[in-house]
Amino acid sequence: MKSAEHPFQFVTVSYLTRIGNQSARNLGELRDGLEKCSDASVFYHTFQSLGWHHFLTEGFSNDFAQWALSALNRAELAERLAALDIRGYLDLNELRTDLLRVADEFCNAHPDELTRPAFEPFYFCEAVEVTVPLGWEARTLEEFRRGVQHLSTGSFHFHFLVSRLRLHLRTNDFSQWFANELGLETLAQRINGMDVYTNTLDSARAKLIEYIDQELAA
Amino acid sequence: MTEIKTETKRDEKTEVRSIHLDDYVALLGEPEIDEIRTLAGKLSGRTVQMVNSTAMGGGVAEILNCLIPLMDDLGLKPRWDVITGGNAFFEVTKAFHNALHGGAYEARKEDFDLFHATTELNRKRLQFDCEFTVIHDPQPVGLIESRPGHAGHWIWRCHIDLSQPNPDVWGFLRPMVFKYDAAMFSSPSFARQLPIPQYLAYPCIDPLSEKNAELDPAYVRSVMDRFGIDVGRPIITQISRFDRLKDPVGVVRAYQIVKRYADCQLVLAGGGAVDDPEGGVVLEEVRHAAAGDADIHILDLPPWSAMEINALQRASTIIVQKSLREGFGLTVTEGLWKKKPVVASAVGGIPAQIIHKHTGLLAHSVEGTAYQIRFLLSNPAIARKLAEQGHEHVREHFLITSNVKRYLTLFLHSMQSS
Repeated sequence: MKSAEHPFQFVTVSYLTRIGNQSARNLGELRDGLEKCSDASVFYHTFQSLGWHHFLTEGFSNDFAQWALSALNRAELAERLAALDIRGYLDLNELRTDLLRVADEFCNAHPDELTRPAFEPFYFCEAVEVTVPLGWEARTLEEFRRGVQHLSTGSFHFHFLVSRLRLHLRTNDFSQWFANELGLETLAQRINGMDVYTNTLDSARAKLIEYIDQELAA
Repeated sequence: MTEIKTETKRDEKTEVRSIHLDDYVALLGEPEIDEIRTLAGKLSGRTVQMVNSTAMGGGVAEILNCLIPLMDDLGLKPRWDVITGGNAFFEVTKAFHNALHGGAYEARKEDFDLFHATTELNRKRLQFDCEFTVIHDPQPVGLIESRPGHAGHWIWRCHIDLSQPNPDVWGFLRPMVFKYDAAMFSSPSFARQLPIPQYLAYPCIDPLSEKNAELDPAYVRSVMDRFGIDVGRPIITQISRFDRLKDPVGVVRAYQIVKRYADCQLVLAGGGAVDDPEGGVVLEEVRHAAAGDADIHILDLPPWSAMEINALQRASTIIVQKSLREGFGLTVTEGLWKKKPVVASAVGGIPAQIIHKHTGLLAHSVEGTAYQIRFLLSNPAIARKLAEQGHEHVREHFLITSNVKRYLTLFLHSMQSS
């Protein structure tokens, strides 16, 4: 079994939610808030929201979409906002641009909706991330398998989804390490292709372990 | 209508449980617990002081009773101090509390003077030498004046809704709040615009407490027998004080609509009718609305009924929380934790817990509440799925362990930022 030159370092992550001073009481205010809010706020309402609700496999994608549905009762807008796959973004500004584009298209097509009061306000919040190394690392696929099994859901989310913002690559920490350190390109691609919207993070982890087991058995 | 009023009393002295983080492994799994330990490892030996206004009774004391031993178990050095004050002081702070919730208050200089004087006495009585000081709620907020220079990290944890405060009371407290390093609120909607960072800290439940721990089914059965509730037919339950803001009469109306379509019973269990004059009036209104229906059970329970409430929730088919206004709604959290489908109003902190059609059902009216109850009674598979997802939502976000983790994260972030 190949041993990596650079071990995989597992970390634990924990987030604080910082309450911002912005809120939206209608669609127009949400649109303006999206334009002005910080990157940490875009992250909180998209990437972190997916991790927060990871046990839901249907109908939930990001806070903006959920609010459009539950507070504005605008299913079309909600579906279009929900369809933005966060794995396609390496930069939060790109994601903000697309969220704004969807909101603008809806606003232009339905100008009378801009000031219709929502059932409840949308509060813009920000994520504050704290990471701490877990103190264990993996050099082989077997060691990695043991490590990933002992990872909390939050830390799995950090390595698997949030990593692309850090790496600025369309991949994740796991796939990057498999490809670069163990030369396991196929395994890296299979894992990167897993659908986190129709799987819970726990089932995504179970699939990852299944793929590793297949690799170890080959 | 059947009505039970419990007469028995017991010693109200708080028993502080011996709690260890490992007690929660079975519920949360080893990875989650180990990662809390990893975060705490960076804070080993750090001193933490929690200050509030009461050692027993009330949600804050209940949380600190868990939090302090858990922080100790994690290697921090926590200390819990309680401020003292005479009846007059606590009458003033009660008036402040109501005013901060938007209630009427006529500003009186002597109230503010008494607040300052009592704060001064507590400043002399208590020591402030910890690295992290967390002051809970408005009563001890003035202790910030005891901060030695800019030493340590001072956090104000506000458990109440400040969205529409009385301007006189808020104007009095605000300069003190501004001196903290950060504030924590239970909901984004409770926060104010402040020049200091504000963080979200959802309230939480202890899954191992009397009110939430697993119960022997025989005990649950005995409680239901004692209250004359038929476990063979659907039971719809609202646990809450007899308070207009909890809309118990609205719950009776919703049940009466449901009853036209499905055989079921209603349980309204709570307290507050003895020591709250308005509670007695509301209880009378509920009795009047429920008159003539033997399937409505009105239970006026004493404050030490945690296990009975636990049993009632566990025996229920559906939990309802039809509040007109709500803080966070921990009865919703309790119901979700017990894997019960919940129908609740979309007010206060409830939408954070009930994600409509995912972890429960939200309603905005008596008719809507009735419809959602009927829907769940007719669709038990959907009800089970909502209940399972609701339980998972609470497991991840609204347990005492999440609260511990949030404090650890805040302390680490404060250290890294300074």
